[in-house]
Amino acid sequence: MKIAVCVKQVPDSWAEKKMVDGVLDRVGVDAVLNDLDEYAVEEALRIVEAHGGNEDGGAHSVTIISMGPERATEAIRKALSMGANDAILVSDSALAGSDALATSKVLAEVIKNGAFDLVVCGTESTDARMSVVPAMLAQRLGWAQLTFASTVSVDPAASSVSVTRTTEAGVDAITAKLPAVVSVVEKINEPRYPSFKGIMAAKKKTIESRDLAAVGVSAEAAWSLVADSAPRPPRAAGVKVTDEGNGGNDFVKFLAEKKFI
Amino acid sequence: MSQVLILADFAGDKSTKTTSELATAGARVGSVTAIVLAAPGAGASLAATVNHGPISNVLVVESADFASYGVAAAADAISQIVAQKSPSALLVASHAFGKEVAGRVAVATDSGIITDAVDVAADLTATQLVFGGSTTVHSKVAKGVAVITVRPNSIEADLSDSAPAIENISLTISDSAKLATTTSSTPPIKGGRPELTEAQIVVSGGRGTNGDFAAVETFADSLGAAVGASRAATDAGWYPHSHQVGQTGKTVSPQLYVACGISGAIQHRAGMQTSKTIAVVNKDPEAPIFDLADFGVVGDLFAVLPQATQGVIAQKS
Repeated sequence: MKIAVCVKQVPDSWAEKKMVDGVLDRVGVDAVLNDLDEYAVEEALRIVEAHGGNEDGGAHSVTIISMGPERATEAIRKALSMGANDAILVSDSALAGSDALATSKVLAEVIKNGAFDLVVCGTESTDARMSVVPAMLAQRLGWAQLTFASTVSVDPAASSVSVTRTTEAGVDAITAKLPAVVSVVEKINEPRYPSFKGIMAAKKKTIESRDLAAVGVSAEAAWSLVADSAPRPPRAAGVKVTDEGNGGNDFVKFLAEKKFI
Repeated sequence: MSQVLILADFAGDKSTKTTSELATAGARVGSVTAIVLAAPGAGASLAATVNHGPISNVLVVESADFASYGVAAAADAISQIVAQKSPSALLVASHAFGKEVAGRVAVATDSGIITDAVDVAADLTATQLVFGGSTTVHSKVAKGVAVITVRPNSIEADLSDSAPAIENISLTISDSAKLATTTSSTPPIKGGRPELTEAQIVVSGGRGTNGDFAAVETFADSLGAAVGASRAATDAGWYPHSHQVGQTGKTVSPQLYVACGISGAIQHRAGMQTSKTIAVVNKDPEAPIFDLADFGVVGDLFAVLPQATQGVIAQKS
């Protein structure tokens, strides 16, 4: 079984973010592996480990796929140090500022040509937060979509995958034949910390770099355009009282004034 | 006149306020047609509840495939309707289902997509609050139909009665949308509290609760509020992860947000700083969350909240 895990390098979720020329400024901030993608890497590793592991040359493998600038290799190394076998990074200046439609198009093309059985994604990136790429991948590939999974089980013999989909709309049991696209929710598992051995091994693993020509898609005009962006004005300073036995009552007075009661 | 399609949003067997919000935005652009996706035989009663807001027409599609094949079947049906009607825009609610449906429709119809809009103008310029609400962005779809998902509770809904013309249409769901089968479905367990992302008031607890959410919950109940939690609280296992407000959790934008024992790291602020009014209860006068507060109490939440709960109950009675 060949599993692809789609990951994204994002600005550290604790960092302040700003827009420059209509796109997120990625230069001036610390970049990390998207938090939510760590769950996807972990889940892919658990799937192969449940079926004999992903020793090099064995029956199962986990490949990291990412699109981003050259420095995205840092985030990819983290995924490799957790135990993935190898990685593909699509990097091309024509892709800078790509939206979900362009991203899904490129990723789908890489996946199509990689003979994968299963794609595992996080539910969203912590920068754009659209959470549409997994669904778009399924649509573009013509594969089954099993997203927002809080449990995943794969039966390689039956070539099938079953998940528990957990959203605000409830809990669904969903099953499909492979190939399929799965996205996993936060807390489906506890992502492992890379071991020292894992970190050393990751340095020797292959990250294959491809430009658009190598992927086989051409750059397209953007599907949507940013007209303008501006930082929101800071909130006006509010009232601050210190509780000296009457803080709760002061609070109630405020709530009543604002007609919340 | 241009036509705008909206996907009617339901809770159980009733259309939600979100449907009216979508219609209100859509009516600025053109005549609004609401799509109702229903199980066989259920269309008429569902459609009858889509009668609040500026809705001219309701299109009802009945198929057993919607329950069996979820997002993919809904997206397939809507893509077919979009191809038939060539609307100028498709507006969908910004929840997990709505966003995924919108994403697939955008791919299928080669259209641009904008998610989590908080406003949509007559020229289809969408307003988004990005990076945890710290930045306002205006953007427009440049290709195909403008597929826009709209965050619930963001647009003031026109809830006036309407009597749209109801039309039933039949279409066949494509085989390519029937690859993943839903074998069982359980609706969310409804406690007595409103849903976090749709609530008018949210009361959240953080590290300062030390794992005891009783004071937070009791206060929330006195206001009829939803209960949220910071990542510190959910990581510690003190509160279910589904209630996490923040960058990796839910984004909420209620009329009133009350942060109790939450320091206000960027991670948390990203999920709540677009709330209309923010109140804070925290022992630490230096906590960064006070920078956002319209009203802040420096004090122990275990003293302040019970007193406030009593006060609220007294005021209401």
